[in-house]
Amino acid sequence: MSRQFATGGAPHFPPRNTVGGVMREVLYALVPGIAAYAWYFGPGVLIQILLASVFAITLEALVLKARGKPLAPFLGDGSAVVTAVLFALCIPPLAPWWIALTGMVFAIVFAKHLYGGLGNNLFNPAMVAYVVVLISFPQVMTAWPAPEQLTALGFGLQETLLTILGGQPAGSVGWDAISGATVLDAVRTGTDAGQTIQVITRSPAFGAVAGHGWEWIALWYAAGGLWLLWRRLIAWQVPVALIGTVLLFSSAGWLLDPAGYPSPLFDVLAGAVLLGAFFIATDPVSGCTSDRGRLVFGAGVGLLTLVIRRWGGYPDGLAFAVLLMNMAAPLIDRFTRPRIFGHD
Amino acid sequence: MELAQPGRGGQRLMTVLQRKNPTERALLAGNRLYDFHGGLRLRHNKKISCETPVERAPLPPRLFVPMLQHSGREAEPTVREGQQVMKGEQIGCFSHLGSGCIHAPTSGTVSAIVKHPISHPSGQDGLCVVIRPDGLDQWKQLDPVGDWQSADPEDLRRRIRSSGIVGLGGAVFPTGFKVEDANRRGIHTLILNGSECEPYISCDEMLMREQPDSIVLGAQILQRAVGARRTIIAIEDQMGAVNQALEDAVARSAAEDIDVVKVTTIYPEGGEKQLIQVLTGLEVPSGGRPTDLGLLCQNVATATAVARAVTEGKPLVERIVTVTGNGVHRPRNLLAAIGTPISDLVARAGGYTPGAARLVLGGPMMGFPLATDANPVTKAANCVLVLTRDDIRDPGPEMPCIRCGECARVCPAQLLPQELNRTIRAEAWEETRDGGLRDCIECGCCDFVCPSHIPLVEWFRFGKSRLRDLDAEKRRSDLARERFEARSARLERIKRERKDRIAAKKRALRDERDRRDRIAAAVERVRKRREGTE
Repeated sequence: MSRQFATGGAPHFPPRNTVGGVMREVLYALVPGIAAYAWYFGPGVLIQILLASVFAITLEALVLKARGKPLAPFLGDGSAVVTAVLFALCIPPLAPWWIALTGMVFAIVFAKHLYGGLGNNLFNPAMVAYVVVLISFPQVMTAWPAPEQLTALGFGLQETLLTILGGQPAGSVGWDAISGATVLDAVRTGTDAGQTIQVITRSPAFGAVAGHGWEWIALWYAAGGLWLLWRRLIAWQVPVALIGTVLLFSSAGWLLDPAGYPSPLFDVLAGAVLLGAFFIATDPVSGCTSDRGRLVFGAGVGLLTLVIRRWGGYPDGLAFAVLLMNMAAPLIDRFTRPRIFGHD
Repeated sequence: MELAQPGRGGQRLMTVLQRKNPTERALLAGNRLYDFHGGLRLRHNKKISCETPVERAPLPPRLFVPMLQHSGREAEPTVREGQQVMKGEQIGCFSHLGSGCIHAPTSGTVSAIVKHPISHPSGQDGLCVVIRPDGLDQWKQLDPVGDWQSADPEDLRRRIRSSGIVGLGGAVFPTGFKVEDANRRGIHTLILNGSECEPYISCDEMLMREQPDSIVLGAQILQRAVGARRTIIAIEDQMGAVNQALEDAVARSAAEDIDVVKVTTIYPEGGEKQLIQVLTGLEVPSGGRPTDLGLLCQNVATATAVARAVTEGKPLVERIVTVTGNGVHRPRNLLAAIGTPISDLVARAGGYTPGAARLVLGGPMMGFPLATDANPVTKAANCVLVLTRDDIRDPGPEMPCIRCGECARVCPAQLLPQELNRTIRAEAWEETRDGGLRDCIECGCCDFVCPSHIPLVEWFRFGKSRLRDLDAEKRRSDLARERFEARSARLERIKRERKDRIAAKKRALRDERDRRDRIAAAVERVRKRREGTE
């Protein structure tokens, strides 16, 4: 007469969240930034995202199969797509298709699965991919068009597609006409040549603070990031520590020598700092896991980014900074354990 | 279901202050409220079972009274099959904690003593005394304490011990033992825990609404039994009518040393350690007890059981059980005799709805699933929760940990569950120990927020049992080593002593020979001299 029931573990509640859910929301949060980026740089941005995503999912499926893992749950978690999108946002919008392929091979196969797959990678896969292609193909990777230049040159969807798939600028336009220097490049070469910041930033390409177009894209990334913070999907410690450190050290240099160093606002808005602060350095897998550890991690990324910008071999340094801090993360975690309840 | 926003401001300062003078701070318990780390704001779902008054569940044709209804080992039945028992008569006894027994929930015949499901988290069957009620429900000869106010506190404690009272909040720790310990160590404040923080459960809320005088009386008796100076009754700020009911009861009792305090509803603020932290800002030391801070914590229902045991002489044989969830037609609270099959309670609550999919004993966070409703009501059974498929949607396969740290953010024990999960799976037991696994209170907050759906608490229970095994193993091997070393030392000593003895004997023999030789030589000399002179 008694009735039997299937048992299952506590808590007896529907799940509050899933890995896939978290990843999807991260992607939603990137939408404003992507839209702004595409607004200034044309459809190439979206094509790169699409290409990288297709490569990433295909590679993920192949590796999962090779490792004998179930496909559905791991393809559905969306982590490969997040990696692909973050990578695509870091490469020039007209980069040839094989850049995305090379990048995704290193991100998915090497950085992610050779370390044990989701949750086990020591390094941020998107940044590993970016650094590999940056070092291997410096010319292609530094060929950035100026914002709105492509539209002016008459680059529509067709021309962009042809350029990316063909590896050569479509029509009669040469690479020279397309690629310009980013504001960070300009600051780097300008200060190296002994020019003052005031002279360098007088160019209209600098926009209001940190590059025409670029500063708006960065702000839209930040808007998406704030939404993630509000949704409590990322820890506040990383962006706060990262941006705070950049502001702090940049201000110190700027106040000491305003002609030799760009303003703190420039340093925050230019390059990858805001994208990195909210979307890259906040990668939980390769970052620190305790609250205090995350403060240290964020501060470390901010500081190293500035150090590389000022004295390193590259105009921007966030990717390197993230990878260096990834290496330090386990050690930081070890020394920043919280005090346990009831212990001294 | 939002997350709590624990305001941590000042917490660190308080921690520093508490180290300076913990006792004084504990004395101020309840004067202001403090935060605890983490926790969750959960949907309550309590209203559905609070709409009708507590109702007495009818006696079933057979009661299955488990011999294991308390923390510790199974009790021994003290009755035989076929024996007549009166209500309240002792039918089982456990002596290892010296804290009482199990009593017949009604009068009738012991029809069997068998293995049966016993509503235990382990899911295993245990010994049950099966009683066929005679329908008279006749109490044994009752022997109440005449006037508790003038009774010897030791007599009060003895009553509590012999009445089979255990912590009715769910931990089922024998109250007799707790009270003895509190008395021995000396406490100043009794905390009655009425902050029933788990969703769905409302038996304590209903009890506080309907029997506030009994709770206040229980508080006064407990206070006298352990020599406490004051009592705090802690309730949740969302229990509307309860506050007034208790305040009125306190006023009626004319007790001046009882305060009712409302605490913020954040799961698991009703956990003993969390409640103490909320009331005093103090942390019960790891591995310690509230008595370390001069506090004794008891559930409100336990207090009424104490009042009944002392003033009416009645042992604990029934409890209020919340029968609730979308899986039953008419959720409500039932006063049930211990041993009543859960199927009878569900029938009383209108039966199962078509969607009923999971039967849980306890709340949705810490309760455990039952495989069958043949399980009986025990002293621990605060809630029978029947959930539908929609309530428990399949979380899908477990994913790897992505170290998002949500678990650490909600952990009231301030642990890093993500790290413990890693070290337990790697069987790195020393690291697990250092990570504070034993401070885990198994509240399930980490489980609830984990996006990878890792059954963290299950892993932690496994890890705890492994640590216990390892400790036992270590004790055994330490003991074996000590024994071996002692034996070796003893054998060595015996050998040495024997050698010494032999040597001494040899020496003695040698001495003896020497002596004889010397005597012989002297005799010889004398003889020679004599011969020479002659």
